[in-house]
Amino acid sequence: MIAVEGVTKRYGTKTAVNNISFEVERGEIVGFLGPNGAGKTTTMRILTGFLPPTMGTARIGGLDVSEHPIEVKKKIGYLPESPPLYPEMEVGDYLRFVASIKGIPKSEIADRIDSALERASCTDVRGLLASKLSKGYRQRVGLAQALIHNPEVLILDEPTSGLDPKQIIEVRRLIRSLAGEHTIILSTHILPEVSSTCSRIIIINEGRIEASDTPENLTAQLQGANAMRLDVEGPAEQVRARLESEDGVRQVARESGGDERAEWRVEVEKDPSAARRLAAAVVESGWGLYALQPLGLSLEDIFLKLTSQEEDGAADASADEGAEADSPPEEASQADAQDEEALDS
Amino acid sequence: MRNIWTIAAREFRVYFTSPIAYIVLAMFAVIFGYFFTTGLAFFLDYSAQAAAQGGGFGAPSLHVNQFVIEPSLGNMSIVLLFLVPMVTMRLFAEEKRSGTIELLLTSPLRDYHIILGKWLGALMLFACLLVVATANIAVLFFYTTPDWKPVAVALLGLLLMGGAMIAIGTFLSTLTKNQIVAGALTFGILLLLWVLNWISSYETSTFSRVCEYLAISPHFEQFSKGVIEVKDVVYYLSAISLGLFMSKRSLEALRWQA
Repeated sequence: MIAVEGVTKRYGTKTAVNNISFEVERGEIVGFLGPNGAGKTTTMRILTGFLPPTMGTARIGGLDVSEHPIEVKKKIGYLPESPPLYPEMEVGDYLRFVASIKGIPKSEIADRIDSALERASCTDVRGLLASKLSKGYRQRVGLAQALIHNPEVLILDEPTSGLDPKQIIEVRRLIRSLAGEHTIILSTHILPEVSSTCSRIIIINEGRIEASDTPENLTAQLQGANAMRLDVEGPAEQVRARLESEDGVRQVARESGGDERAEWRVEVEKDPSAARRLAAAVVESGWGLYALQPLGLSLEDIFLKLTSQEEDGAADASADEGAEADSPPEEASQADAQDEEALDS
Repeated sequence: MRNIWTIAAREFRVYFTSPIAYIVLAMFAVIFGYFFTTGLAFFLDYSAQAAAQGGGFGAPSLHVNQFVIEPSLGNMSIVLLFLVPMVTMRLFAEEKRSGTIELLLTSPLRDYHIILGKWLGALMLFACLLVVATANIAVLFFYTTPDWKPVAVALLGLLLMGGAMIAIGTFLSTLTKNQIVAGALTFGILLLLWVLNWISSYETSTFSRVCEYLAISPHFEQFSKGVIEVKDVVYYLSAISLGLFMSKRSLEALRWQA
């Protein structure tokens, strides 16, 4: 459904997105995970045809985004980071306008508005001016806007940012309910968000794809896994069996070498004694241990970066709260929401 | 076509849901009303004097078209210098600031749909100003018999001139996120184009003739007298096309910078 090949985007000398490629199948929900400034928004903007890529091609439903912009844009519903609402328009009128520029036939517009409002559960704000909406409703009207032409592809940039925990749960539920009939790409910098909604995660950092896998595999890797490289002289099958029998070993794979001597990649649960026990196991069996090297997981670094940023944000929020003791209740509740999010992750 | 109309209709409605339309219309109604009333008072005074002198040579030339309608419409064009920037400054600057430009640029619209739609929306508000002016002039038809054709030509000329000024304003609004900057730039450039022909009063070089042709105001003179000249029509249509073309270019550039 979506195919991105070697897309690079440069702003002057700064490279925002560097040679990324990925594919998304029909009906999948894919989450872009990465710290702020990693290139998530730029990638999404390239997919929507808002930005042309410096190099590479992006295809949606087999059509090149830059060559067939109109056809591609008809297939896409896009919710930018801040919902593109016109403050001086009523929600109903706004959706009528959006429906019209998305090319929906006049006779269908009324029905589409009703169903979009219902699916984004914001029917009750239909007659309100967009400037009067709370953050949560702005986000939902933004979603209704993205859904109105029933697009095959939904692109949602940070759909839950700035919402309170209850709203976050609602939006996630809504997104999951849209899966199947729509192909969805969403971005976030919060890990639990993707693991609870997405069928696949693409981790982006500094404009590159660092990993792409299912949430289960990634979280397993991220939470407490560690890898070692062992260079062992000994009968391969016995070595494998011995290593696998050791406590806490998850996976043993031969990277190179033959039956006499081989290099093994061993994934173990995080445990300071793992290296010592593995070395002892090899030596006690009378084999030769030529090397034992812990492998750093770059994913883990990224994960740490992600979580620490979230904590920074929460710290800022609570600092603000402290500074302005008499801040209005709305602000306080937003700060609370951020705290909750931090705890959540 | 439908896309252009959708955008234009939204722009037009927004003028009326915000204070802009009311301020512009009210200011225009008061100022034009003032021009018109003083012109009429002067005309009445003058024709009373002419009648007291028993006709004479000047009498037949005292025509309401020439003494009331023509000068008030001519003066009105100066008011437009101030009003057009107020109308055009928000067209793109506001969308860029609020991020709604992303909605337009990710919808299945061509750039020219967006630009023509916005230009047309502003032009429709401008046409409302002309309706106010026409309402003033219409009063004359109850009391005397002005010639309606020159009035129609003058209104057409104003519409063309307004279209050209709005096209320039539309372009300048694509350049910035800041409405004040867009408005100030529009006012400055329109004013410059307005006075560009002054140079020809003391110079006769080719340069001054070019300046005279480029100026906005001289092209309206013939229209205000009820004369349609091809060169004036061509001038305004070219200015409109240039303004809209540059807006399109600017919108394309925006995609590369954003």
